Amino acid sequence: MSLEERELNELKSKIGRDPTSTELQIVAAEWSEHCSYKSSKKHLKMLPMDGPLVINEKGYDSGVLDVGDGYVITAHIESHNHPSAVEPYGGAATGVGGVIRDILSAGTRPIAIFDGLRFGNIEKDLQARWLFKNAVTGIADYGNCLGIPTIGGEVEFDECYENYAMVDVAALGFGKKENLIKNHVEKDDIVVLMGGSTGRDGIGGSQFASDSLESEDRSAVQIPDPFIEKLIIEAVLQARNDGLIHAMKDLGGGGLSCAVSETADAMEIGIEMDVDKVHTRESDMNPDEIMVSESQERMLVVTSETKFEKLQEICNKFRIGCSVIGHVKFDNNVHIKKGENTIANLPADFVANATLLDLPSKEPTYLKTIQTEKKFDLISDYSNVMTKLLASPNIASKIWVYSQYDHEVGIRTVVKPGTDASVLRLDNGKYLSAKIDGNPKQCYINPREGAIGCFEEACRNVVCTGARPIGMLDHLQFGNPNDPEIFWTFLESLKGLTDFAKSFEIPCVGGKVSLYNETPKGSIKPTPVIGVIGLIDKKPSVPQKISKDDCLLIIGDTKDELGGSEYFEYVHKFIGGKCPAVDFEDSKKHMESVLDIIDKNLIKSAHDCSKGGLAIAVSEICMTNQIGCNISLDKVPGEKLDVDRVLFSESHSRYLISFDKKNFSQIEDILNANKVSFKQIGQFGGEQIQFTKDSKLTIDLNLKKTHEIWLHALTNLVLHGKKFSDNNG
Amino acid sequence: MKVGVVVFPGSNCDRDMYHVLTDVFHLDAEFFWHEKGLPENIDAVILPGGFSYGDRLRAGAIASHSPIIKDVKKMAEKGIPVLGVCNGFQILVESGLLPGVLLKNDSLNFMCEWINLIVENNQTPFTNQFKLDEKIPIPIANGEGRYYVDDETMDKLKKKNQIVFRYSEVVNGSSNRIAGVCNEDGNVVGMMPHPERAVESDINPIDNKPSSLIFESLLTKMGVSK
Repeated sequence: MSLEERELNELKSKIGRDPTSTELQIVAAEWSEHCSYKSSKKHLKMLPMDGPLVINEKGYDSGVLDVGDGYVITAHIESHNHPSAVEPYGGAATGVGGVIRDILSAGTRPIAIFDGLRFGNIEKDLQARWLFKNAVTGIADYGNCLGIPTIGGEVEFDECYENYAMVDVAALGFGKKENLIKNHVEKDDIVVLMGGSTGRDGIGGSQFASDSLESEDRSAVQIPDPFIEKLIIEAVLQARNDGLIHAMKDLGGGGLSCAVSETADAMEIGIEMDVDKVHTRESDMNPDEIMVSESQERMLVVTSETKFEKLQEICNKFRIGCSVIGHVKFDNNVHIKKGENTIANLPADFVANATLLDLPSKEPTYLKTIQTEKKFDLISDYSNVMTKLLASPNIASKIWVYSQYDHEVGIRTVVKPGTDASVLRLDNGKYLSAKIDGNPKQCYINPREGAIGCFEEACRNVVCTGARPIGMLDHLQFGNPNDPEIFWTFLESLKGLTDFAKSFEIPCVGGKVSLYNETPKGSIKPTPVIGVIGLIDKKPSVPQKISKDDCLLIIGDTKDELGGSEYFEYVHKFIGGKCPAVDFEDSKKHMESVLDIIDKNLIKSAHDCSKGGLAIAVSEICMTNQIGCNISLDKVPGEKLDVDRVLFSESHSRYLISFDKKNFSQIEDILNANKVSFKQIGQFGGEQIQFTKDSKLTIDLNLKKTHEIWLHALTNLVLHGKKFSDNNG
Repeated sequence: MKVGVVVFPGSNCDRDMYHVLTDVFHLDAEFFWHEKGLPENIDAVILPGGFSYGDRLRAGAIASHSPIIKDVKKMAEKGIPVLGVCNGFQILVESGLLPGVLLKNDSLNFMCEWINLIVENNQTPFTNQFKLDEKIPIPIANGEGRYYVDDETMDKLKKKNQIVFRYSEVVNGSSNRIAGVCNEDGNVVGMMPHPERAVESDINPIDNKPSSLIFESLLTKMGVSK
């Protein structure tokens, strides 16, 4: 929880004296990995951040994209892993709160929440089950109370997260371009702290998040209050409408220390503030505690003396605190006082910009020991294997999770959770599609290809709704960066993401790096999570209900790529094999083709192949539409593979297209013109999900029974501890 | 003709309701903050959903003591149509304008899903365009939505035709699958499902016509031509 010796010396030589205890606290918070990105920042610059729709303004905590007609969307992603591992309810809830305030600070109304959750093996590990249950409740209680729909996300379980929790939250905002906060200050402006009171919760939270999790330091976890957050949202938006906000920043990691120094640095101003003016929850808090408390639901607002009266009226209406804590100066210093006494006085740019590190990296030795090939005995009937996969926690329906989230409030949700990407309607007649995806199993086997795969998967999901990707959010989560092998995996993932983003011209509009994710058994697997935002110009024509005699075709080759697949890992307990790799040219062709056939209204639905491969993806279509199918595995395009590999390979860039057969020739023409590898592989109808090979049934499952198993497996496990495979071999 | 939409600290379906009233049904609507009074010229009052006061104590308990509730009661006595949706229903129950209580769902979880309602009373200002037993596909989103009354009150509810909506199947353990009730006079209606989330085809995956009849009933009652 303190500065390294090198950093302490740097601080001393800069200011030419011994720092005060408050200065030490401020600098330690701001120079923590969590706030300063000191290990990663040098490299993050490689990501493309500009694009035709990107609006860049100084001091924004979220990315801004122009969606036309005078409207913008904002987007941001954060994680709250360390706090959630200790106190999952509060950790996950405050994770939502933090990212929502980032959206708010640009002056936009938050309109959607996404959450990515990862825990240990919940089939065996009771603590993982407890963490999962409480994190979900934390997100539900917070997001539901705010009236912001949680419309998407992902849940994954892997033994590498034993005794740990990964809670990623992304949020989208929407507003008028003219209402964006411009972040400008004027002479004599004052600095106001709005919202909840400052208490002793979350003290040192940012440093806590920048260390390996060794102690269960519960005081470092913040306490959530969604009711106050809701009042702040309404108060801030009203103040925005009335033009009362010159600049704004939310209080997150590092509390006041970071908010004040980062605002001063971004605006190139100085700020003088008095800790005695901060409204506190407890009377005997010392100045250092006040400066680094991470109490939630607080916003720092810069406004003028004359506008303050109106701002205070708004705060009084919503009965939230509003204190003038300081004023703007033009000396570029952060000057903290307690009454008349100076307790800290430091140059803002120095505090806000820690010296960046150039950490060494080295290819991990574990990668060389991973077995790249293993054959498993083939069997004649894969029905049981498929049922087992459908009931596995990673593939089973997540209805237990998303039915606890209000995903309808705000009346924008056109495509609801439970399918690929969710779709929201916007006020200008356009539609927004978004999805977040991660795949640590593949990233472990190949950090570069795995990360690219997450990116492409999120794009595929968005494309399946007919939306063109316009922006990306990246959340890079790794272990201790001081381990060169771990840092190598970070760099590889980042380079992969950069190559994909540049090639597809999808700008990175926001992101976060979370390091030091270590469990008692060692580092987590590399866990980049990628969010992709897409835009549709007209009302989406997919998905439509599939009916009898509709046909199914697959776009893209199925390859011998089962590394990190659910089939290898869940069924055969084998970590290894060849990681799926994205061919950029094929990927582009496929995306364009799918967008084209959706735009021409030729298909009923598009679904991507991901976890569990072709077999699971087809079953999902059948279950969602309550209709059986008959699929010929002989027709699946790609390499000649064993039957289990055709069924469960997780090759990327594949789409399953369902359509009325009368449209086939038109679809065929488009796909042929684009030189896309595709094949019609089956038809819908009946009450069985059937796969045949050499005219023999390889899989034959009753739709209704299978649907019941898939739908309830996770709920049964979480609520009743009933593991599907216990009763069913 | 003006509809008042009451806003409490923590209401979060107020803007959705306002949008439906004004943009979809072209009614004149106005927000009223809970500390304000309601003017005389209001023709209907709606208490929207949300988490007033963060659901502290009990859902709706604190909001039911807001200054505006006195005026809502006066309006109710005058026979003006009053609708409470979700948290609005909870507030009406807590303020004594409607009988019964709303308890935690028997799943003990917040539940957000699409269900079917059955119309049991088509004499209220919000159901006069329905046939009896008509089905309404509509979403619910609540943690405390299990309607409960004692047997004696239940008999009275049945006798006085105060059960307005029932779930077509068991959803959350409500007594008699009740999803919505009215006062004895029939002008005050409370319902847990969200009609404002179901009247536009864009966001209703099943059928937006039945839910629209809830608002069309109000238009009819107020004598507004469609």
